[in-house]
Amino acid sequence: MELRRNAFVLANDRRSTGFIATLLLVAVIVPILNRAVPSTSALHLSTYALTLIGKYMCYAMLAIAVDLIWGYCGILSLGHAAFFSLGGYAMGMYLMRQIGPRGVYGDPILPDFMVFLNWKELPWFWYGFNHFFIAMLMMVVVPAVLAGVFGWFAFRSRVTGVYFSIITQALSYALMLAFFRNDMGFGGNNGFTDFKEILGFDLHSDSTRVGLLIATSIALAASFMSCRWIVNSRAGRVMRAIRDAESRTRFLGYSVESFKLGVFVFSAVIAAVAGALYVPQVGIINPSEFAPINSIEVVIWVAVGGRGTLYGAATGAVLVNYAKTYFTGALPEVWLYALGALFVLVTVFLPRGVVGLLPSRRKLVKE
Amino acid sequence: MTTIGDKILYLEQLTVSFDGFKALDALTLYVEPGELRCIIGPNGAGKTTMMDVITGKTRPDSGTAWFGRDLNLLKMSEPEIAQAGIGRKFQKPTIFEQLTVLENLELALAGKKGFIRTLLAKLSPTQQQSIDDVLEVIGLQDQRQLLGRVLSHGQKQWLEIGMLLMQEPDLLLVDEPVAGMTPQETEHTAALLQSLSGQHSVVVVEHDMEFVRSIARKVTVLHEGRVIAEGDMDQVQNDPKVREVYLGE
Repeated sequence: MELRRNAFVLANDRRSTGFIATLLLVAVIVPILNRAVPSTSALHLSTYALTLIGKYMCYAMLAIAVDLIWGYCGILSLGHAAFFSLGGYAMGMYLMRQIGPRGVYGDPILPDFMVFLNWKELPWFWYGFNHFFIAMLMMVVVPAVLAGVFGWFAFRSRVTGVYFSIITQALSYALMLAFFRNDMGFGGNNGFTDFKEILGFDLHSDSTRVGLLIATSIALAASFMSCRWIVNSRAGRVMRAIRDAESRTRFLGYSVESFKLGVFVFSAVIAAVAGALYVPQVGIINPSEFAPINSIEVVIWVAVGGRGTLYGAATGAVLVNYAKTYFTGALPEVWLYALGALFVLVTVFLPRGVVGLLPSRRKLVKE
Repeated sequence: MTTIGDKILYLEQLTVSFDGFKALDALTLYVEPGELRCIIGPNGAGKTTMMDVITGKTRPDSGTAWFGRDLNLLKMSEPEIAQAGIGRKFQKPTIFEQLTVLENLELALAGKKGFIRTLLAKLSPTQQQSIDDVLEVIGLQDQRQLLGRVLSHGQKQWLEIGMLLMQEPDLLLVDEPVAGMTPQETEHTAALLQSLSGQHSVVVVEHDMEFVRSIARKVTVLHEGRVIAEGDMDQVQNDPKVREVYLGE
């Protein structure tokens, strides 16, 4: 494979292997520290911390999804939180149906909020969500169809750059407003919460939490590797060509629109799966997840970590969210300023992000 | 495929106007298979607009444009025209700066270019061979692993010509290939373009008269969107109309 023998690619390969290894380590060590180490030991990891790590990994998946289209194909989506939330809502619907008669109102079929709204029967779009398989299917299909239709119109009309970013913000905002409405049938501004179990496992037990963490690690690793496979394929090189010189790529005979649409849909699906894994771990989903600011934050994670590397995006997601957890606990009023300052500083001083600081034997001439 | 007498490109009565300004005014031009044609003309003569019409970037107000006998260029999209065998080299070298020379050529390979196909694509030995062949023609064998952005201006131009060749085009449109080149680079480019005619039809738009004289067998002079003269360099230079608008005033 002569095409890939260059130092930059090799450095990228090494770090990607490192990323997968780290992930594997987390998936093994964290459960051990939580389950096998006694809680009196200094090495013990609390379930709170374990859940936090699981949450960060969901964010890392979302960041990878955004990096795939932004870093490699130049599509700046400021609406990826919408796909994340849709996946989360699909999972939330399944979890709501699992509550059964244990809800406050004790209705065996209807979730509490429907009883509260005096609804007599389940809306048609809730059918089937008591089956995990169908819920899983919907958490992929709905965001994929939305991304497909939205992308088809946008890319076909050659909406690019900042205009595309703006309409993705609008998409997310419109969905937020829609989900806020009680008569949409998604719990209005309260969303879904008070979940009991997933696949028969108690969501509040430590072992279920560990299981969710491991599932998230696997999903993150799978997303990372599939994205890597895409960016290392010829299609990945076409994506970079589109990013750097779109009309030139068109003159080479590539249908730029279908490439953009393909990666956009794939990226939306990754975001949705991340959202679906996020909800059982945090225990709630509500329309504020659609808020435009959330999508913008994802872009900041990617920029901070290092755009166009995938592992950098994941690193950025974890670092920024760790900082967020710390700041919102210790100095809540400072957080937004700190985030803004971070974004400016990174853009000005670290255009290649935090991972650009890693020592590298980067050179343009290959042996 | 083409019998004697058949042209590869038929442009007839093409008119394009931008806000009342006629960039092309009933332009009629034919290109023979395998010929190397130079197109000259002062700024605003319509050279670039003509290229834009041929490649589908601009639609004319009236007139016809046929590629061979069967393909109506005015009904085809830009990628379709590229796929049908018309390659264009822009004035400014536009290669992919963040990809290596090899990768640039790989993307330019002829063949199916759908998303799924490219996702699964592997270089076949024949494709590898045609990349190697083109590398040799454009003389960039030693630079194959370099990123596009570190190439010199001349090397970028050759790489772009190489990318055109990868598409196995029947017709090559080359816009000002030697602008900004050193004399040695210009010489190399002249040899390169001459070696290409024969298997391909090559249409070169150029300002550099020395260069045109060194490569052209047939020259077409455009002025205000129309052909005002056609013939070999000496005929054209002695044409009174050409002298008036272009050479002497």
